[in-house]
Amino acid sequence: MSDLLYMVLVAPFKDMAGSPAFLVEVLIGGVFAGLMYSLVALGFVLIYKASGVFNFAQGVMVLFAALTLVGLLERGAPVVVALALTAAVMVGLAYAIERVVLRPLVNQPQIILFMATIGLNFFLEGFGEMAWGANVKKLDIGIPDRSFIVRGVQINELELTAAVTAAVLVTLLALFFQTTRIGLALRAVADDHEAALSIGIPLKTIWVVVWSVAGVVAIVAGLMWGAKSGVQFSLSLIALKALPVLILGGFESVPGAIVGGLIIGVGEKLGEVYWGPLVGGAIENWFAYVLALAFLLVRPQGLFGEKIIERV
Amino acid sequence: MIYREAGQFKTSYASDQAVFPIVQDRVFVLAAVVAAFVVPPLVAGDYWLQAILIPFLIYALAAIGLNLLTGYAGQLSLGTGGFMAVGAYSAFKLTTAFPRLSIIAVFLLSGLAAAAIGLLFGIPSLRIKGFYLAVATLAAQFFLIWLFNKVAWFTNYASSGTITAPDRTVLGVTVTGPNATAAARYVMALAFVAVFALVAKNLVRGRIGRSWMAIRDRDIAAEIIGVRPLRTKLLAFGISSFYCGVAGAELVFLYLGSAETLAFDINQSFLVLFMVIIGGLGSILGSWLGAAFIILLPIFLTRLPHGLGLTMSVALQKQIELMIFGGLILFFLIVEPHGLARLWQIGKEKLRLWPFPH
Repeated sequence: MSDLLYMVLVAPFKDMAGSPAFLVEVLIGGVFAGLMYSLVALGFVLIYKASGVFNFAQGVMVLFAALTLVGLLERGAPVVVALALTAAVMVGLAYAIERVVLRPLVNQPQIILFMATIGLNFFLEGFGEMAWGANVKKLDIGIPDRSFIVRGVQINELELTAAVTAAVLVTLLALFFQTTRIGLALRAVADDHEAALSIGIPLKTIWVVVWSVAGVVAIVAGLMWGAKSGVQFSLSLIALKALPVLILGGFESVPGAIVGGLIIGVGEKLGEVYWGPLVGGAIENWFAYVLALAFLLVRPQGLFGEKIIERV
Repeated sequence: MIYREAGQFKTSYASDQAVFPIVQDRVFVLAAVVAAFVVPPLVAGDYWLQAILIPFLIYALAAIGLNLLTGYAGQLSLGTGGFMAVGAYSAFKLTTAFPRLSIIAVFLLSGLAAAAIGLLFGIPSLRIKGFYLAVATLAAQFFLIWLFNKVAWFTNYASSGTITAPDRTVLGVTVTGPNATAAARYVMALAFVAVFALVAKNLVRGRIGRSWMAIRDRDIAAEIIGVRPLRTKLLAFGISSFYCGVAGAELVFLYLGSAETLAFDINQSFLVLFMVIIGGLGSILGSWLGAAFIILLPIFLTRLPHGLGLTMSVALQKQIELMIFGGLILFFLIVEPHGLARLWQIGKEKLRLWPFPH
């Protein structure tokens, strides 16, 4: 028994203290992984904030964006043109979703809309693969996947780029939300649909805008994940990775998605490296969920979620 | 309906609250159940029983279980696959450890095991609500599957990591394992789902079901009028997991024959949730309709191009199937967000007034 306690409570920390450089490497790996999760979680948050829809299809939107981008690049389009065209496709997709799915389902309970996005998930999966092919593709955007060493700590160039991109993206989004008229309208809609409608904010336009923004975020996430692990079907499964980030940070909070991503990323890496061997490894599938669950028991609305005020 | 309820007066609360208040309905359902026991084993071929009817019955049971939790008690759960796995693995462990134990008892006990695990993972529902809870139940899903994969004890140290249904008999007839006929397995599955559907129907119209619905509709108000959230929510998780556990045990013992954890992955959870929502939240009939729809649709879609005389590559066909499947889910949600059960109800109302709708 005391052996077990030693292995769980003492030995991992001794290992950490034993080789600080390795610990830093693990931490940095965790931070980068976390930011990658955040990129996906951001798309969820944007849509949930503005329309109260828990968009399960975000993972497939990432895949779809990446597939479109790669498909265009393969056909010889320059990077900038391909990016612009992909963005256009995502805006068109947002428009179609608003028209076909959201508008008929307005005022339905959240679970129905959630289910509708799962239907959308299936549709986009089939459509994306039919349009662009199902084989694994390599996405080369000119950032080499190599590492350099700073003071004995390995840093991956691609991951660093992803981290910087995430930071820039979040700053831009924050500026967009806080300073523009559309951002103001978005925040109003997020607060209260009916009140926003009654003062003349066009709900339909707002939805198209917010799904388009989520689509653009999906392009960035697709770029980064695609460059890392190739563009393939499993890319859509990162949605499942982003969910713990989402509940940890709170569904409504952009900073929450970032902080949640960092906590999950670092926690996951630490757990995997230092505690994973105790239980036979392969814990990355559920560890993030249990970590998020533990946080939720203390704060049921996530770290940065809106405080739930309950009244009859 | 073709028949009218004119002249059937309810003179007591008992008759007013009956499961089937109309005589014709009672007769019809009874006849349908008897027919379901007798006709398909005699008439239907092995393909029909094995590929369509048996999975339909098993998934109907799982859908009823999830509907109790999500439709009646309002707790969104994505851990169904995990709870089904608990049922399947504990049935396997029980029946290999105690070969003389009746397989019916094994199924019920493995349901109880799933209920215990369900209670455990239901505890967070007291603090966590809505989508936060849904994601939290994913923790159960992923953790349980990982556990069954990692700990070889659950599979009796089988090197392949699969569990296989051994031969077991009920009243001298082999009902599980490779030597059981499809008809025997069908009757077994039907008996379970018929009994448990009746139990569920009675649960939801009684005190327990009403307290579930009170919690679902507004939990704070329910708490104020004296419904205990702790007991009510945990009971919902326990009973729902019991149903899912039995369904999981049946899935391996009566349908697949042998399975590994892959059979209970997250897609299974979504599949059952689809059935519940397409069929209709908060409706036992809806669970049946939803299960039938989700089981039949892929089979239909697979055969459709062949029937139309089209030839296409397997990959393309799979992609088109996915698109149609997703599209149909969207279509049904948009046409009737309350599910097939509501469509059935509307149709019934219309027929009742037909041909003079005013």
